[in-house]
Amino acid sequence: MALLEVRELTRSFYGIHALGGVDLRVEAHRITGLIGPNGAGKTTLFNCISGVVPPDSGTVLFGGQDITGWRPDRIASVGLIRTFQIARGFPRLSVYENLLLYGDRQPGERASAALVRSTAALRRESELIDLAFAIASRLNLVRVLNDPASSLSGGQKKLLEIGRVLMARPQLILLDEPVAGVNPSLTREIAGHLRALVDDGLSVLLIEHHMDTIAQLCDHVVVLAEGKNLAEGSFDELSRNEAVQEAYMGRKRRVS
Amino acid sequence: MENYLIAMAVSAGIYALMALGVNVIWGLAGMVNLGLVGFFAVGAYVSALLTLKLGLPIAVGMASGAVLTAAVGVAVALVTVRLRGDYLAIVTLGFAETIRIVASNTLWLTNGTDGISGIAGPYRGSLSPAAFNLTYLAIVTAIVAVTFVLAERLRASPFGRVLRAIRDDEQVAAIAGKHVALFKVKAFAIGAAALGLAGALYAHYTSYIAPDIFVPLLTLYIKLALLAGGLGNNRGAIVGAFAVVFLLESTRFVIPLVPGVSAVQGAALRELLIATALIVMLRYRPRGLIPERLPRIPVPPSTPPSVPPAAAASTKNYQPTA
Repeated sequence: MALLEVRELTRSFYGIHALGGVDLRVEAHRITGLIGPNGAGKTTLFNCISGVVPPDSGTVLFGGQDITGWRPDRIASVGLIRTFQIARGFPRLSVYENLLLYGDRQPGERASAALVRSTAALRRESELIDLAFAIASRLNLVRVLNDPASSLSGGQKKLLEIGRVLMARPQLILLDEPVAGVNPSLTREIAGHLRALVDDGLSVLLIEHHMDTIAQLCDHVVVLAEGKNLAEGSFDELSRNEAVQEAYMGRKRRVS
Repeated sequence: MENYLIAMAVSAGIYALMALGVNVIWGLAGMVNLGLVGFFAVGAYVSALLTLKLGLPIAVGMASGAVLTAAVGVAVALVTVRLRGDYLAIVTLGFAETIRIVASNTLWLTNGTDGISGIAGPYRGSLSPAAFNLTYLAIVTAIVAVTFVLAERLRASPFGRVLRAIRDDEQVAAIAGKHVALFKVKAFAIGAAALGLAGALYAHYTSYIAPDIFVPLLTLYIKLALLAGGLGNNRGAIVGAFAVVFLLESTRFVIPLVPGVSAVQGAALRELLIATALIVMLRYRPRGLIPERLPRIPVPPSTPPSVPPAAAASTKNYQPTA
């Protein structure tokens, strides 16, 4: 059984069919790539899966459970976490706090526990601090832990985005262009982190335009175009697929 | 003069309590509430009516005022949960005006625009006015101190962290697993409770309340206090409240000294001074007298060096020669 299964998902915005019946299967412990030209509906698909935007019709199954139309925080709580294309986050929180926020089961998030400073909350907080420190060490963010997130460089923001997701200890992470606008050496570093995460037992669904990264990382690639499934398979198969070439490059005009 | 100063300290304390409440809603959670005087009015009326009409003890009246105002806060938050920024501001402004107009017209309950007089104060009958003022100042100070401690705990807690995250980006906070609407409602309820308690304290101090006390200007004074002190910062809320009361009251004495200004012109001049103070403040200290600071979490000493040890050693030994 696939970890994530999307069936016949549709979503329109003011008459534009952003998604016109998309199917998707993401197997566990693999990196699945999601590619397609701009406007293919990749980010809309992420929004519908993660609960940011409800789909018009279709189903989303995660671990066999129907999560279609759930609130985003409920979807997060069952272990499916996403990132955003433009590194979004909490600029007026410190890097540490950005990480801690994603920690789950923190009783101190109840106002009553906060007012009495419950020991359970303090204990959980120190566990989360340890986890945040371990993740920051892995991502080379230790030196900036107490800096506001707004002061990070673009590359560090991308790393923080990955770190935040890891704090939630998810089963599946949806990454929206994790290496867009990142320099080549950091791109390799991020790719290495993603590979290591999958080796640790996570599963990844990845939107990316950087084809070298897709080729290098993805076990399976799904191509969307104009809100529909176009093709899927290994990267090598797809790079020889004429329909995929056309979708990216346009059709060769036949001169007769 | 002494009595006057004590009275000003009491009103500064009440302002501080309001600013602490608004800081939860606006400073931490980022929700612009322009209707805070409405919550203040609800607390004042509830406590005044319960003690006057049902003969309940003052403490019970005040507690009920806080609790009922929190309930009203929940209702307002539920109605406005999908609104942000200017839209939330305009709806809350409308809420406060609605409360004022209802209070003006519900004659059987609130005595309309004539207001309610003879509201009991603690030991008012058995103390001299000066002693009563001092007693009341002690009560207000104690309440502000306790509220401050609780507000600091909230701010520094994971709960406060979620509110500040919502202030920055609601959608990402939801992805982080937070039930955003629930947190907003809670923040509103907590802030409203402090506002309601402040209203009750005001009613039992002055012994008289009427709808024309609860005008939008008071909302702006509290906003000014919080901006001046430092938004998102409880210390700043208290400092700002005292600064605003000082500014309001000191201009009362300065204006008559300006030659050739009539009383009416003087009042207008005072508003002008206050507005100028706000503009100067926002221009030169946009983050307030005491800017909000990020909580520092100690980084464990076993920090793995992010540069190779050899490189670190060589930078350490490097001595600038200039």
